[in-house]
Amino acid sequence: MNVNQSAPPVPPFGQPQPVYPGYHQSSYGGQPGSTAPPTPYGAYNGPVPGYQQTPPPGVSRAPPSSGVPPTSTAQVPSGQGAYGQFGQGDIQNGPSSTVQMQRLPGSQPFGSAPLAPVVSQPTVLQPYGPPPTSAQVTAQMAGMQISGAVAPAPPPSGLGYGPPTSLASASGSFPNSGLYGSYPQGQAPPPSQAQGSSGAQPPQRSAPQQASSFTPPASGVPRMPSMTGPVLPGQSFVGPPVSQPNHVSSPPPQVLHPGTQMAGLPGQLPPMHSSQQPGYQLQQNGSFGPVRGPQPNYGSPYPGAPSFGSQPGPPQPLPPKRLDPDAIPSPQLNELPPQQKTRHRIDPDAIPSPIQVIEDDRNNRGSEPFVTGVRGQVPPLVTTNFLVKDQGNASPRYIRCTSYNIPCTSDMAKQAQVPLAAVIKPLARLPPEEASPYVVDHGESGPLRCNRCKAYMCPFMQFIEGGRRFQCCFCSCINDVPPQYFQHLDHTGKRVDAYDRPELSLGSYEFLATVDYCKNNKFPSPPAFIFMIDVSYNAIRSGLVRLLCEELKSLLDFLPREGGAEESAIRVGFVTYNKVLHFYNVKSSLAQPQMMVVSDVADMFVPLLDGFLVNVNESRAVITSLLDQIPEMFADTRETETVFAPVIQAGMEALKAAECAGKLFLFHTSLPIAEAPGKLKNRDDRKLINTDKEKTLFQPQTGAYQTLAKECVAQGCCVDLFLFPNQYVDVATLSVVPQLTGGSVYKYACFQVENDQERFMSDLRQDVQKVVGFDAVMRVRTSTGIRAIDFFGAFYMSNTTDVELAGLDGDKTVTVEFKHDDRLNEESGALLQCALLYTSCAGQRRLRIHNLALNCCTQLADLYRNCETDTLINYMAKFAYRGVLNSPVKTVRDTLITQCAQILACYRKNCASPSSAGQLILPECMKLLPVYLNCVLKSDVLQPGAEVTTDDRAYVRQLVTSMDVAETNVFFYPRLLPLTKSPIESTTEPPAVRASEERLSNGDIYLLENGLNLFIWVGASVQQGVVQSLFGVSSFSQITSGLSILPVLDNPLSKKVRGLIDSLRAQRSRYMKLIVVKQEDKLEMLFKHFLVEDKSLNGGASYVDFLCHMHKEIRQLLS
Amino acid sequence: MATYLEFIQQNEERDGVRFSWNVWPSSRLEATRMVVPLACLLTPLKERLDLPPVQYEPVLCSRPTCKAILNPLCQVDYRAKLWACNFCFQRNQFPPAYTGISEVNQPAELMPQFSTIEYVIQRGPQSPLIFLYVVDTCLEEDDLQALKESLQMSLSLLPPDALVGLITFGRMVQVHELSCEGISKSYVFRGTKDLTAKQIQDMLGLTKPAMPMQQARPAQPKEHPFVSSRFLQPVHKIDMNLTDLLGELQRDPWPVTQGKRPLRSTGVALSIAVGLLEGTFPNTGARIMLFTGGPPTQGPGMVVGDELKVPIRSWHDIEKDNARLMKKATKHYEMLANRTAANGHCIDIYACALDQSGLLEMKCCANLTGGYMVMGDSFNTSLFKQTFQRIFSKDFNGDFRMAFGATLEVKTSRELKIAGAIGPCVSLNVKGPCVSENELGVGGTSQWKICGLDPTTTLGIYFEVVNQHNAPIPQGGRGAIQFVTQYQHSSTQRRIRVTTIARNWADAQSQLKHIEAAFDQEAAAVLMARLGVFRAESEEGPDVLRWLDRQLIRLCQKFGQYNKEDATSFRLSESFSLYPQFMFHLRRSPFLQVFNNSPDESSYYRHHFARQDLTQSLIMIQPILYSYSFHGPPEPVLLDSSSILADRILLMDTFFQIVIYLGETIAQWRKAGYQDMPEYENFKHLLQAPLDDAQDILQARFPMPRYIHTEHGGSQARFLLSKVNPSQTHNNLYAWGQESGAPILTDDVSLQVFMDHLKKLAVSSAS
Repeated sequence: MNVNQSAPPVPPFGQPQPVYPGYHQSSYGGQPGSTAPPTPYGAYNGPVPGYQQTPPPGVSRAPPSSGVPPTSTAQVPSGQGAYGQFGQGDIQNGPSSTVQMQRLPGSQPFGSAPLAPVVSQPTVLQPYGPPPTSAQVTAQMAGMQISGAVAPAPPPSGLGYGPPTSLASASGSFPNSGLYGSYPQGQAPPPSQAQGSSGAQPPQRSAPQQASSFTPPASGVPRMPSMTGPVLPGQSFVGPPVSQPNHVSSPPPQVLHPGTQMAGLPGQLPPMHSSQQPGYQLQQNGSFGPVRGPQPNYGSPYPGAPSFGSQPGPPQPLPPKRLDPDAIPSPQLNELPPQQKTRHRIDPDAIPSPIQVIEDDRNNRGSEPFVTGVRGQVPPLVTTNFLVKDQGNASPRYIRCTSYNIPCTSDMAKQAQVPLAAVIKPLARLPPEEASPYVVDHGESGPLRCNRCKAYMCPFMQFIEGGRRFQCCFCSCINDVPPQYFQHLDHTGKRVDAYDRPELSLGSYEFLATVDYCKNNKFPSPPAFIFMIDVSYNAIRSGLVRLLCEELKSLLDFLPREGGAEESAIRVGFVTYNKVLHFYNVKSSLAQPQMMVVSDVADMFVPLLDGFLVNVNESRAVITSLLDQIPEMFADTRETETVFAPVIQAGMEALKAAECAGKLFLFHTSLPIAEAPGKLKNRDDRKLINTDKEKTLFQPQTGAYQTLAKECVAQGCCVDLFLFPNQYVDVATLSVVPQLTGGSVYKYACFQVENDQERFMSDLRQDVQKVVGFDAVMRVRTSTGIRAIDFFGAFYMSNTTDVELAGLDGDKTVTVEFKHDDRLNEESGALLQCALLYTSCAGQRRLRIHNLALNCCTQLADLYRNCETDTLINYMAKFAYRGVLNSPVKTVRDTLITQCAQILACYRKNCASPSSAGQLILPECMKLLPVYLNCVLKSDVLQPGAEVTTDDRAYVRQLVTSMDVAETNVFFYPRLLPLTKSPIESTTEPPAVRASEERLSNGDIYLLENGLNLFIWVGASVQQGVVQSLFGVSSFSQITSGLSILPVLDNPLSKKVRGLIDSLRAQRSRYMKLIVVKQEDKLEMLFKHFLVEDKSLNGGASYVDFLCHMHKEIRQLLS
Repeated sequence: MATYLEFIQQNEERDGVRFSWNVWPSSRLEATRMVVPLACLLTPLKERLDLPPVQYEPVLCSRPTCKAILNPLCQVDYRAKLWACNFCFQRNQFPPAYTGISEVNQPAELMPQFSTIEYVIQRGPQSPLIFLYVVDTCLEEDDLQALKESLQMSLSLLPPDALVGLITFGRMVQVHELSCEGISKSYVFRGTKDLTAKQIQDMLGLTKPAMPMQQARPAQPKEHPFVSSRFLQPVHKIDMNLTDLLGELQRDPWPVTQGKRPLRSTGVALSIAVGLLEGTFPNTGARIMLFTGGPPTQGPGMVVGDELKVPIRSWHDIEKDNARLMKKATKHYEMLANRTAANGHCIDIYACALDQSGLLEMKCCANLTGGYMVMGDSFNTSLFKQTFQRIFSKDFNGDFRMAFGATLEVKTSRELKIAGAIGPCVSLNVKGPCVSENELGVGGTSQWKICGLDPTTTLGIYFEVVNQHNAPIPQGGRGAIQFVTQYQHSSTQRRIRVTTIARNWADAQSQLKHIEAAFDQEAAAVLMARLGVFRAESEEGPDVLRWLDRQLIRLCQKFGQYNKEDATSFRLSESFSLYPQFMFHLRRSPFLQVFNNSPDESSYYRHHFARQDLTQSLIMIQPILYSYSFHGPPEPVLLDSSSILADRILLMDTFFQIVIYLGETIAQWRKAGYQDMPEYENFKHLLQAPLDDAQDILQARFPMPRYIHTEHGGSQARFLLSKVNPSQTHNNLYAWGQESGAPILTDDVSLQVFMDHLKKLAVSSAS
């Protein structure tokens, strides 16, 4: 109810539903519990059985009747008790989760025990989620989860949980749980999944997953406990309305919560928790107390978790986190099945599974919008589809942090070693359902700013003295409110018009900039695109030029335009080049284009002004004629040498002459060896790998390009580079300018029209069409106490604070690292304000502001409970990838491992309940850290295989630098989807499986994607019918290995697979070229490279091995 | 041979040569006492209707240091088939082809009437003529339009197989590639950067890929046309293309802000043009035709900055050493001119602007290479259009009146040495026994290169008599001079024209009368004027005038008849009578006086003075004035203010201007419209007569003169008033009575005063 109330405040702009944000958190709660998991599993297992029964009952859904919850609570206690005993680790997870929950306004409000438990459950669920991994389940779960998360109501399902009662039993079962513990991890019981899905919801999921993996029944059980099953039904299954009803129903529980909440924040979140809580509440109660309490508490909470386990058993499945380094399957840990005891035979299913975590989060948090009104909420994972309602904080699509709870002191931060970083994507594209930031026009006076720190007006500014002044939330300076901006305050001290003004009520918005914000105090002209095409022999021979020219003709109709503009304001220009440059005059009044050759490459200049940059529509005839003629003109060229730096220089000079910002699209084929500035030599030397000089391979050959980039940035000239190399082109050097100007690099090795046409065309189309901001400056301001000290991404910095971006598109992210300056205050939290001044596609100067409030904590546990591993990995990868420029790769790798070990050791030392040293305890939120880190360590940049070229490494290195969290996530841990396992009729994406060869069955076909590559792996014993319907050939042996296009066949399977590929491609900013790989074929090596959980050929450790290694490291640190 | 006058004319007709002295003083000492040096005006390619070229090669003297060509003055032993060189006295065998030679069967070169003969060389590849247009695009719209039309028109006038090229410039320089279909292609250069020839050729892709020498050699001839063909194409192939290209030519698109001159990269454009031809067609006849509408404002060769508030240098600035860019720019263009000359190409400058356009700095480009210099107010004037058209006029054989890459070699008999030459030429620095140590004009050589010449191109060639006083030449001895001009005819043939002349020696002491009678005062005036103008290029104006005055006084002292200290007794013989008057007008001419002329104008006038033949030169020195009236047929009248009468129409031809001046009464009549009344048709005719005559002159002259039609009191009347001898000025008006003429408001001395003073000085024993 409260929730609803809270909702209203949403400003007109905002979407009305602020309430729900809390949900996600709940899930997080689960994460923290990670350590606990083992026990929980145990617990779960216990419960599982009971549940199992329930699950089948799809009935569970019926359970939705929230009435149940109470029961659960009742049970909970028992459960808790049991749990507590079990794995403290688990408990911890639990507690942590709960803690989070608490943070969540929702949880707090809930204060009431019941609520808390609920929370814990979700948390648990997540953890479990991971282990379960069973994709299918997850998928369904996703839906479910959402419901769970969203609709606290589901908790009612929790009622369904009624099982909670079972919990008790669960608790009883704990012993079993030990066994299960292992199970949970194992996703084995896929079959169960279905059930799991039904049964297992949020918490359930985890449970279900586990269950699924192991014993179907078990899985079933856990789900049952989760009752989520019911929940799900309510939401997903039953049909949305129902689910909502559930929510609604939840309200009642909420109502209950309210009571509890009273204590807590009135935040809207609470409701959510409450919803979930219903079932769990009991536990939560326990947890809550503990939560606040120090670690021990956690322990207890976790126990609570276990209790969850008991309830939903599954929730706490956190188990995966504990691992015995030596004998991973430490007997102590029930989780690990006996077999694992042999060192080298750790059951892979027993270790945290990314698939499961993702699946759980989807299920838990995918269905409800994420409302940003509350400080310090951890958003859903990037892999989860969710809507965002802006209520004062920037959407996670714009900013994601490694932690949403910042240690109050630098000592704490140092102790934890958790990097404090934000991954900012200022111009992120939003799904169509979400409104893009409102544009605020303050007229001639420009945006209102703090006089001292120059921060922009934002919802956190405090108006005082009846509204005549405001205190800056960043520097505490008191500023006068200009008369035209004055407004009265209401009784809460809020401005009356707060909800009418985006800058007072939203996390993200834009200001129209005044002329003071423009270069030379002149409003900018519309930007320009210049296409610069290599027409040397290689480019002509490969058919690139012809293809490109043909494509450009149509592409020019799709230049980015703003809002409802009829035609793009962007002007275009054309240049071709080999050893010399050819500019084209395509003025509309000409009958034929005119070519102007500049051969003075040593001292580049632009030979024409008028007629070079033109409006597409006005000059269409001339442009078309030009594009028709270019391939002909150079058809007989024998020029093989090219220049590079002069080309960029020319583009930049052209923009300078036209006094506008813009973007250069460079299509380049070869190492620029012609005599000219920026001339390069072939310095590729594989012998340097693994030596101290390896870093030189990543460094540019000459400083000329940095200088050039600087000039480009000053002019607002962004460079996008498309490379078509047949051999070494020195990407490390060529990408300097794109990198520093905010551009992109695309590389098509050995480009051939037949094979690469589609990919190139698609990339080009996207690149040309995407919305770009030009001539941008980004500044991140923080409230007193922390400070942005380091930046990663594609940009240039001439001082320590301003990120200068010649161009910035919706795919580019800037990662910012913060350090403490001073003590932070728990009360006031920490604020970030990212201000981006840029020129829009239409030439409008704007300021985009993103605000984000974070919590501050004095307890390390809070920190660990509010971390986002994906973001962390994003940061660490960027950090490491920058490190290779200056240090030997080995050092970089060691640094990464050490840091991770420190993070985990700190947790173990300070947050986990005492346990055997042999036990590996991972924080719930970071239980995937080892697997992901391993992926980073094994990546081509940090551990190159023999087949990886220097260029590839440099290319990937720069690519990762500006990737967002979602991209790094899938890049480092590819998605592996079985294509033939789920029924053809199912319309959802098949559930992913873990990236390991063991998961491949030779009777199936799998699809693997990592954002850059797309493989279809065909098992050797796939049914002929499947082969026939997918490839149009009669047998496995007839499939062409390396095929890059699936034949278009009119059958459901073919359609489905092709549809899936299309949809995957649509999700990525770059087109993924398909390669069909047959089992046992030589191409399979290539494919196996992406099975990141396995040992790699070039020495990368397998997941299990690495986990052991980490454990060892941690133990060393602890001892 | 009736008179020297006829002799002189006949010689000029036949050989295109006019000597200052037609009887030569036989000793060095006497020669120097003659004041006016022994010199001649040579028109190497004088048009000769009656001179069909012979289709074989000349016979050379076998002495390596001589190599004189067999000529009618040689002694021939028909029996022995030997001939004696009249310069070195070497006895030579006739070549086998001359076996049939006898007194009655003489080859042309031995016949006296063929003292001038032209040979056609059949050897060697024939390369087409090349025309490279270098076009300024920083012009006003209508100017550019007019220029474009002129250029398009010119395409139809070019020989069909001639190669043409196009370079345009403004802020940038564009070299247009003419070969491609569809898209027009050009190479662009920054206008501020000086490039070496090598760089230019590299950038234009003219350098052939490095190949082993052996391979390169045979390949060269074939590849040659291929490489260059991108920029220089036969007219017949690309005239459509080029016409379109010219049609689409836009004004320089770079914005010119208020208070600025457009940025004009003339220096670089020329440099590229020179480099282009240097790389592709060295030693082949080629014309670089520069069309510019203003001064170079950037880059090497910049004459003035782009700030309008800084005016272009004036004579005043130059005198005050205040023209800081001038030296550098001049150096740049000189360097270009020398390179061009070395390659055998020539540069024309067509400068049409109201203000100066930097001709002062660029003049050497035309002067050293034999190119034309044309100055006008706008390309949209008939002056430019017709002048330009006239360049492509043809002679009676249907050949273009232009020749390229000429080498002029002068051989003298041993009593003479060559002191130098003045004209559109550069020295080839060929030392030899007949080269004098004393230089007059461009000396120190016996050969000069004239990269571009036409039938009227005339050089002044100066000699020194070196025969010592104590080694008298036997009575009846003759001195001989041979001029050998090798050149590329417009039909692309290589030709050699040989002119051999001889004059009698005379002992100055005993035969002064002969020498005196054989004085060609017109030629002498022009030759002296050339010396003066040549000096003026490097010396201060007053010094030159003083030098000229002294020479005149000395001449008068030497050849005048007078009693000492009695000015009234002073007389000059007929052959000298006009000379002082020429000198008087020369002193007032724009060639030596810079007052009222911009540096560009001075350069322009001097340029033409140094290449025109005698008649034209004389007109430049002393304009011709005709009078039209009802009193009789048109008649030449004195160039004197007294000739300006109310009832006359005057037609003045100064070479550069044609002025028609209506006397006061005539002007009033015309105003009253009498010419339109049938009863006064004779008045109409009177008005028309000078117009027709003016048309005749306009049609014939190159460059076309400025045509001025004015009347008494008209502002343009100044052109006339500034030229006439100011016999009546505000100072002496009343003294001269009412009778005639128009007073000139000037402090210049009149001819009378000048002559009086001259006489006084001449008879004075002091000087």
